[in-house]
Amino acid sequence: MTSTTIRPAEPSAGLEERLGRIWETAPGLLGVLGTVDHKTIGKRYLVTAFLFLILGGLEASAMRLQLAGPERHLLGPEQYNQLFTMHGVTMIFLYASPILSGFSNFLWPLLLGSRDMAFPRLNALSYWVFLFAGLFLYSSFLVGQAPDRGWFAYVPLTEGTYAPGLNMDFYALGLILLTVSTTVGAINFIVTAFTMRAPGMSVNRLPIFMWGTLTTSFSVLFALPALTAACVFLYFDRRFGMHFFDPAAGGHPLLWQHLFWIFGHPWVYIIVLPAMGMVSDYLPVFCRRPLVGYTFVALATVSTGILGFGVWAHHMFATGLPPLSTTFFSAASMVITLPSAVAVFAWIATIWYGRPVVRTPFLFAAGFVVLFVIGGVSGVATAAVPFDWQLTDTYFVVAHLHYVLIGINLFAVIGAFYFWLPKMTGRMLSERLGRWNFWVMFVGFNLAFLPMHLTGLMGMPRRIYTYPAGLGWDTLNLITTIGSFVFALGLLLFLVNVWWSRRNGAVAGPNPWDAPTLEWSIPSPPPPYNFTVIPTVESRHPLWEVELGEGARSRLDVGPTLDTGRETLGTSALDAEPEQVLRMPEDSLWPLLLGLSLTVTAYGLLTGAWWMAAAGAALSAVAVTGWLWP
Amino acid sequence: MTAPAIDAPQTLPVELQDRRAPAWWGVVCLIATEAALFAYFLFGYFYLGSIARGAWPPHGPPELRLALPNTLVLLASSGTMWWAESAIRRGNQARLRAGLGLTIALGAVFLGVQMVEYHNSDFGPRTGAYGSLFYTITGFHGAHVAVGLLMLLVVTARAWLGHFAAGRHLAVTNTAWYWHFVDLVWLAVFTSLYLSPRLAG
Repeated sequence: MTSTTIRPAEPSAGLEERLGRIWETAPGLLGVLGTVDHKTIGKRYLVTAFLFLILGGLEASAMRLQLAGPERHLLGPEQYNQLFTMHGVTMIFLYASPILSGFSNFLWPLLLGSRDMAFPRLNALSYWVFLFAGLFLYSSFLVGQAPDRGWFAYVPLTEGTYAPGLNMDFYALGLILLTVSTTVGAINFIVTAFTMRAPGMSVNRLPIFMWGTLTTSFSVLFALPALTAACVFLYFDRRFGMHFFDPAAGGHPLLWQHLFWIFGHPWVYIIVLPAMGMVSDYLPVFCRRPLVGYTFVALATVSTGILGFGVWAHHMFATGLPPLSTTFFSAASMVITLPSAVAVFAWIATIWYGRPVVRTPFLFAAGFVVLFVIGGVSGVATAAVPFDWQLTDTYFVVAHLHYVLIGINLFAVIGAFYFWLPKMTGRMLSERLGRWNFWVMFVGFNLAFLPMHLTGLMGMPRRIYTYPAGLGWDTLNLITTIGSFVFALGLLLFLVNVWWSRRNGAVAGPNPWDAPTLEWSIPSPPPPYNFTVIPTVESRHPLWEVELGEGARSRLDVGPTLDTGRETLGTSALDAEPEQVLRMPEDSLWPLLLGLSLTVTAYGLLTGAWWMAAAGAALSAVAVTGWLWP
Repeated sequence: MTAPAIDAPQTLPVELQDRRAPAWWGVVCLIATEAALFAYFLFGYFYLGSIARGAWPPHGPPELRLALPNTLVLLASSGTMWWAESAIRRGNQARLRAGLGLTIALGAVFLGVQMVEYHNSDFGPRTGAYGSLFYTITGFHGAHVAVGLLMLLVVTARAWLGHFAAGRHLAVTNTAWYWHFVDLVWLAVFTSLYLSPRLAG
């Protein structure tokens, strides 16, 4: 083991030029395919996930056209089945989680005062496999056999007997492939959080966004394998005639439901906690004060992640579980609202005690709080077993889950784009268009989904491809369809704003919002090496120390330069004391090759071409060996 | 907490080789998520067992005649792996190579015996849900042993090329952790599939 002496220095032009040469991605195709820069990977994640959001939105639009009135036959039943299944799969797996990974990948090293993530090549692998898993799932449309049995794929309807064709094999294998991406991403976040923070950034000084992503990364480690196990069982049943879910041979359909929801409910928190964290970080900037109750919100985040493992059976109240089980899971589902309420009151108190500056991110944060409360209340309602029995599989549940997922994920995400996109591109988005963007989305969303509660209470089951006239659902469905197109228009305004800002947006400068955290201490967009000198942090809000009368204690203008190669500082797990110098890898094609090999394996398994699966596995082994070879 | 001394130069190690290395953290996280995967497989086993209408396992508990000695073989391989790793901590190259070679041999024997057991078995993965569980769980474990063997082969090649030294052995340590984990999973699988039906009497 060697050691090195680090000397603190102030930034200088020569130093910046030297660091730029060390950290720049090579130009040309090699750089495009081999880059390990977390900022590039983060932006790719954001763009790809947003494209999937648009695809999922188009699928939803087609369904809403179909349901606008009774007896409409724009889509046939089989087409409709494929669309609602792929809409769910796309939004839950290919948009909601990857978009948050995109923000985390771009922002974490900037929030941490680091030069990259702990495993930059693993980061690249995570992106490539996400992209390939998405393309794998969507390639099912090319052969007309997209997954068509719902995003939670209940057996026995998904077993080979009742679902011949490749549809559900695409589902099972596509999701297993995606778990590879999500898992390596989670490992990267955990290790980064515990080893790569700027000196002095002890755990009680982490931005809440990092608590959110860190909590969900642990949830991913322990929840995602349940999905993998379920999908392995399903694939084996379908492809090899095994009997995991076949009651005639000792199996049981509820095994699928248990495994799926043991994964599924923690997943709900996986796709909202980082979004809640982002709001906890950007809302206070527009209230001109630190978040009220930082410690409580951080603890609430962690406890929500943990409690999230104890509520899965509330998705299964209608399956005839014993009353003792349903009572337990009902109680647990009500308990989990407590930490959510802590967060909600912390946001409200922050607005209350602050001096709100109503800019677009503030609007999205405030709208997010309102929708969170509505979605939360309908969630508590369905946690009550008898109420759930009445409403299970109706549009009430569809309304509830959209309030939660669009309210807590998408509104937080669009607000986060308004807040952080200037950091990524160097340009501000239009404030005027931003207000239009928010109000059109907010009105459209509520117009679409508030009446849907009623549609469900009046008994309309979800997933029917059309319905007869005269059941009292006609007008409500028409309103929902109109609302959903208004909502889509709102999203379009966002895209227009992003497009407009690339050329016409005001130049952002390092800190356009006068925000308190480290990412705002560096230029927008950040240089390839992020920080010219590694900062030293002495509070939660290093850029607000003077305003808050604490005296400038954090040192951002002098610190270790680490300019003899791709290097960053490794610090201790809790107190972030400097421990070691970490050498970071250069660009590499191995992650791409490994991603491709895994995808080849998946196609081999899909089609039963075992030689192809074996070749993919062998190539994967070669790629891993080449990657790890010093 | 005292402020880290940033005004003065300080000497730091480059890439620690112990439990503060990011790669070690990564392997521990990988082990955690893999352990969860096997826990869910075993959940499937116990869940279907708890609601089985007939006998569970349907054919009686699987035989111990080969499985018990095979378990001892795998446990012994953890011993040799530990021996190899402790050798390189002291810079002993010969013992590292010998230990790695022994570990690979024992791991290969384990896989071979498992193949024989599969061959001799009177039920298959399609016989019923129990068979599906038995072959999936032991098969996934076997695949993990195979991956462990591949890792060991690479580490052995690197050992012969002289990549490791007393202060430079992170790949050996991480492989050792993975190998011990695979052994531990086997103990869980063995206890669940082979021993627990006997306890139930």
